[in-house]
Amino acid sequence: MTESSMLLRGATLIDHTGERQGDVLVADGRVTQVSANIDAAGAEVIDVVGCIIAPGFVDLHTHLREPGMTEAETIETGSRAAALGGYTAVVAMPNTDPTQDSVEVIEFVRRRGIEVGLCDVRPSGSITIGRAGEQLTPFAELAAAGVHVFTDDGSGVQDAGLMRRAMEYGRELDIVLAQHCEVSALTKGAVMHEGECCSHLGLPGWPALAEELMVHRDIELCRLTGARVHLLHLSTARSVELVRRAKADGLPITAEATPHHISLTDERLSTFDTRFKVNPPLRTMADIEAVRAGLVDGTIDAIATDHAPHAGHAKDRPLDEAPPGMIGLETAIAVCRAHLDMSWQHLLGAMSWRPAKIAGLDDRHGRPIAAGEPANLVVLDPDAEWIVDPHKLSSKSSNTPFVNMSLRSRVRHTIFEGTLVVRDGVAQR
Amino acid sequence: MAKHFRSIDEAGRDHVIRLLNLTDHMAEVNRRLHPKVPALRGRTVCNLFFEDSTRTRLSFDLAARRLSADTLTFTAASSSVNKGESLRDTVETLSAMGVDAFVVRHRSSGVPWQIEHWTDAAIVNAGDGWHAHPTQALLDAYTIMQRIGRSTDLDGLEVAIVGDIRHSRVARSTTEVLRLLGARVVHVAPATLLPPHPIAEQIGDLDEVIDRVDVLYMLRMQRERMDSALVPAGVEYVERFALTAERARRLRSDALLMHPGPMNRGVEMLVDPSEVPQSAILDQVTNGISARMAVLFDLLGSGTGLEDQ
Repeated sequence: MTESSMLLRGATLIDHTGERQGDVLVADGRVTQVSANIDAAGAEVIDVVGCIIAPGFVDLHTHLREPGMTEAETIETGSRAAALGGYTAVVAMPNTDPTQDSVEVIEFVRRRGIEVGLCDVRPSGSITIGRAGEQLTPFAELAAAGVHVFTDDGSGVQDAGLMRRAMEYGRELDIVLAQHCEVSALTKGAVMHEGECCSHLGLPGWPALAEELMVHRDIELCRLTGARVHLLHLSTARSVELVRRAKADGLPITAEATPHHISLTDERLSTFDTRFKVNPPLRTMADIEAVRAGLVDGTIDAIATDHAPHAGHAKDRPLDEAPPGMIGLETAIAVCRAHLDMSWQHLLGAMSWRPAKIAGLDDRHGRPIAAGEPANLVVLDPDAEWIVDPHKLSSKSSNTPFVNMSLRSRVRHTIFEGTLVVRDGVAQR
Repeated sequence: MAKHFRSIDEAGRDHVIRLLNLTDHMAEVNRRLHPKVPALRGRTVCNLFFEDSTRTRLSFDLAARRLSADTLTFTAASSSVNKGESLRDTVETLSAMGVDAFVVRHRSSGVPWQIEHWTDAAIVNAGDGWHAHPTQALLDAYTIMQRIGRSTDLDGLEVAIVGDIRHSRVARSTTEVLRLLGARVVHVAPATLLPPHPIAEQIGDLDEVIDRVDVLYMLRMQRERMDSALVPAGVEYVERFALTAERARRLRSDALLMHPGPMNRGVEMLVDPSEVPQSAILDQVTNGISARMAVLFDLLGSGTGLEDQ
């Protein structure tokens, strides 16, 4: 028994194989034993009666803002927020400055993530150089450097011809092309969902169609090329239906939805609070219900945060100038639990093992809780009640839309590679 | 008592009725030989104009002076905004000078709501983006009531608002106030210039309504809308939606012609309104002073001080 071993006693264990009661012994970065009433002399015993132990969460969609926008977030502060939210791996979006379009930048982000050591930081690569939508990045070279997810997130690839080439070229590599679905010709100057609410508020609308057209386009390009395609932050009812049909056709398509798109409607903008400006925008109740239903029936595979920190002064600008985005890592599980009518196992799958597979991280994350597996785990207190105070969140920015909201379920401990990086809700570094 | 006056919907019926009554008092003040009263002596009103609008600014300025308030004016064109100062810094700085009310004009919808977090002063919306222009709505409602001799409602009246509804704060606020007072509002425009979701009954043909409406309210049409393909280039918009001499002749003799100004002659107005007897356009300008006095007095006054000084 090594000094670093710990025994998590008395929780309910939930992974993709099912649900059971038991103790979990962790040593040397691995789960070494799982059974009832383990007697492990020398191990630190952590009482987790009443809690759920699950594989650590995996976020397919995190903006860590480093390099380039470290006033809003850094790899360190973002990793800390992730760990506090129960995440053991995050896919870092490429819209940094410089863009994550070269091995040098990818290596910087990856290395910095390892130095921080609070979770597994996996940089995505952009599809096009500088996310300018013109030339492809070196997919194979970036893939060899460990990139699995390619996306121009922040904007969609507008040129259908170029996207077709990206899929054709990427098909033979073990990568996934992730699309931010937005036909920008339909969203010029857009601030919020186009509908009844924006008509009264006099704000330029972002029509659902702008997303659905690109969802449809990429489904058809996927059918043509056979490439693996992941659709980011689906927000409309018709998008969900299009994906449902594509999956019924057997296409290699996956999709994600965010906690805010299953919990908040466009009416939140009626106070002109820039915290609620996000891209794609908050939509109607009918859309929310359709996205929830998509998560329940598996049309939408994963919950992803689209954690998008912005400095306070950036959000203090008029709505049309303020950048879109909200932070979400530390509130995700509690918000999803409140707004999704599904079993714990299904919900945790959408937070952990399904996104792990999409991101190509399923060798270390989203694993069954069993002897010999990497110890990337979250311990969740399902009944802990708390109120969201933006200043108590660990992200460097405080642009949460859930401010002052009362939530239930909270991450108590997070174990990353066998180390307790969050203990009793407090980050350990 | 209300703290701010930012939109008709936010103000609600009682506040609007109170302001219409006050506007009538102020109109009486303005008819005096010396139209100035001490009601707001010692109070400071700051015109905070991030978007240029000489008429509205002058109208508010005069309204504040007639109530004996001190006024200061901030215009973005000649200010630190050009040096990169943020909205928040501007508001906090001016607020620290001891401002009792901000009169705010901004090209972005919602700014009068956003700034409430950065000042304790009262906020009057002098136009935000495409969203609201509630003092215009107030003066419009007052002008109609004055001309047709009503004092509490506009029940049964039909008002056609013609032109670029989608991008118009005037259309939104004036529609809200007229409906609140019982009028029926019809928006007349091509679909590209209507909001994505209707905020009133919509008709695409001006000639269908022109000979029956009680009020024809023409909006300013910006030529730039043609560049962004919202309407065809050329004269088609003019032919379909402008007020021509021929259309003006079809107005009922007891109808009202209104326009919030400034007019775009040759675009939406092909007649000289001074030659249209139904025109109430200059009444609107005159009543604008009274309506803005009413708003400032309501927010800042003690309820007295309207007698001659």
